Amino acid sequence: MSTTDTPWALEARGLVKRYGQLVATDHADICVAKGELHALIGPNGAGKTTLIKQLSGEIFSDQGQIRFHGADITRMPIHQRAHRGLVRSYQITSIFEEMSVIDNVALAVQALQGHSFRFWRPAASDARLREPAFRCLERVRLAHRASVLAGNLAHGEKRQLEIAMTLAAEPSMLLLDEPMAGMSPEESGQMVELLQALKGEHSILLVEHDMDAVFSLSDRLTVLVYGKPLVTGTAAEIRNDQRVREAYLGEEAA
Amino acid sequence: MQVTKTTTLGETVALNEPLAPASSQQHGKVQVSHGTGRRWPLSRWLTLLTFAVLLALPVLLAVLDNSFLLTLVSRCMIYGIAAISLNLILGYGGMLSLGHAAFFGIGAYVVGITAQNFMYGTALMEWPFELAASNDAIVVWPVAILLSALAALLIGAISLRTSGVYFLMLTLAFAQMIYFIFVSLDQYGGDDGMNLMSRNTLLGLDLDNDLTFYYVCFGCLLLIYLLVQRLIAARFGMVLRGCKQNEQRMQAMGFPTYRYRLMAFALAGAGAGLAGALIGNQMEYVSPNLLHWKMSGELMVMVLLGGLGTLLGPLWGAFAFLLVEDVLSGITEHWMLFFGPFLILVVLFAKGGIYGYLIRKEQP
Repeated sequence: MSTTDTPWALEARGLVKRYGQLVATDHADICVAKGELHALIGPNGAGKTTLIKQLSGEIFSDQGQIRFHGADITRMPIHQRAHRGLVRSYQITSIFEEMSVIDNVALAVQALQGHSFRFWRPAASDARLREPAFRCLERVRLAHRASVLAGNLAHGEKRQLEIAMTLAAEPSMLLLDEPMAGMSPEESGQMVELLQALKGEHSILLVEHDMDAVFSLSDRLTVLVYGKPLVTGTAAEIRNDQRVREAYLGEEAA
Repeated sequence: MQVTKTTTLGETVALNEPLAPASSQQHGKVQVSHGTGRRWPLSRWLTLLTFAVLLALPVLLAVLDNSFLLTLVSRCMIYGIAAISLNLILGYGGMLSLGHAAFFGIGAYVVGITAQNFMYGTALMEWPFELAASNDAIVVWPVAILLSALAALLIGAISLRTSGVYFLMLTLAFAQMIYFIFVSLDQYGGDDGMNLMSRNTLLGLDLDNDLTFYYVCFGCLLLIYLLVQRLIAARFGMVLRGCKQNEQRMQAMGFPTYRYRLMAFALAGAGAGLAGALIGNQMEYVSPNLLHWKMSGELMVMVLLGGLGTLLGPLWGAFAFLLVEDVLSGITEHWMLFFGPFLILVVLFAKGGIYGYLIRKEQP
């Protein structure tokens, strides 16, 4: 299959990841169409983060195959996947706390522009880094905090910065791991708005516990239970699926 | 119109902030970033002061007719170069290396070995081609730098596969291996080391003159300082600092971090190689003690004493260490007994080292 005629941005088949006796990912298939916002939900310990790590390339799968826009990336290390446009964000905020907000994003921009074995020109006055970085901050509405130390941001702002850094990589696909974790209702409202704006421009695989957000945002959902996809479908299909109710939503619906 | 253009650049936001409509509502929240304001920050004043004093010191010492201090300050500057190079990986790169003395020693031994062969008129090597020894610093020092960098490249290539304590253990182990290699070189003094007949010449300059040698050390120090300053602020430096704070994230963003850390490690080795070549000349004596792990420890203490991850800190640390050592060892044989508590006091009360403590308010 050539890289152009596949409808899938990301196509993972039969992924397995074992930790000793524990099968964290058990023959999982997950396909995300181009431009789709696909949500991955499931109870705690279902293996969502493990799956994200396999897809992003932080850990390699024991079995299975991953294709990105048709190309096999199964054995490709994380930094090469990032260069191809597959970029993840982190559940636990993973920013550079001792750098300014703009430096955080500029570093992500820098990753795009070839190698960084540049020893002479100051990065802080380099418009090729600063201007794209500032645009990313504007997209997540954090531009006014550009010169603040990242460690001094409020929790919600750190999550926004996290997204800005992900966007700076100009990814065709985002793997977002619980972008709303620990946010106040007001902050998550802003994040939903932001994701709504990103939807369509990027293919997105979203892991999230906030069910209201998930159901309002996603085109399709996959429910993961014990490392195995239980069912994939639209929000309405998932809501009415008896197996999902039993395995997962049952507790909340009751 | 220019104002809206400059607001898209992060650093200049703060500068033009009162004029910039986009950020006016956030007036109080935007920090003024140092280095761009009208007033010079303290770090710049201290840097200027430090180098001005070092530049003018020989004049003052000539008036006082104190040649001993001239030698001591040369020595401090040389150790300063070694500490600055260590700080590149330790302070900016977060690489806990306890093997830096190896590169320092290799630099010194390049000077020692060439000097001995030059003196006896023997070849450095006869196979695969005959290589005659030179006594000119313009040849010997670059070779010292290159060989130290090469050794750092090899040691780093293996050690950087690990991190934290394991990295420390590996660098220590490699450095001790090199130490014992030099101890076993009987033709070059073995355990005892070797004396140099004279210092190198530098394009006709006579480095046996202490004043000339002082300014050569000063020039090298200034050069290394400026190079590190540029490097840290450049894209490479941003990557290096990023790797220290969050290497996993750097990889996720698309940086092959191993290559950057290895490059930094090799560059730090090169800096230590230069310092080694200078110290060989300064003492006119080279011994395996220069490569011993205690020397690595002392260099690390200098960096911590002055200020980890600051530009000037390691230089101040080298001065503080060697001057206090000199004063205390003149008073008592057991000077370490007093030096220990001094170190503890600095670590406890001047967090970030002596220099780091002074500029703590303007540090990011």
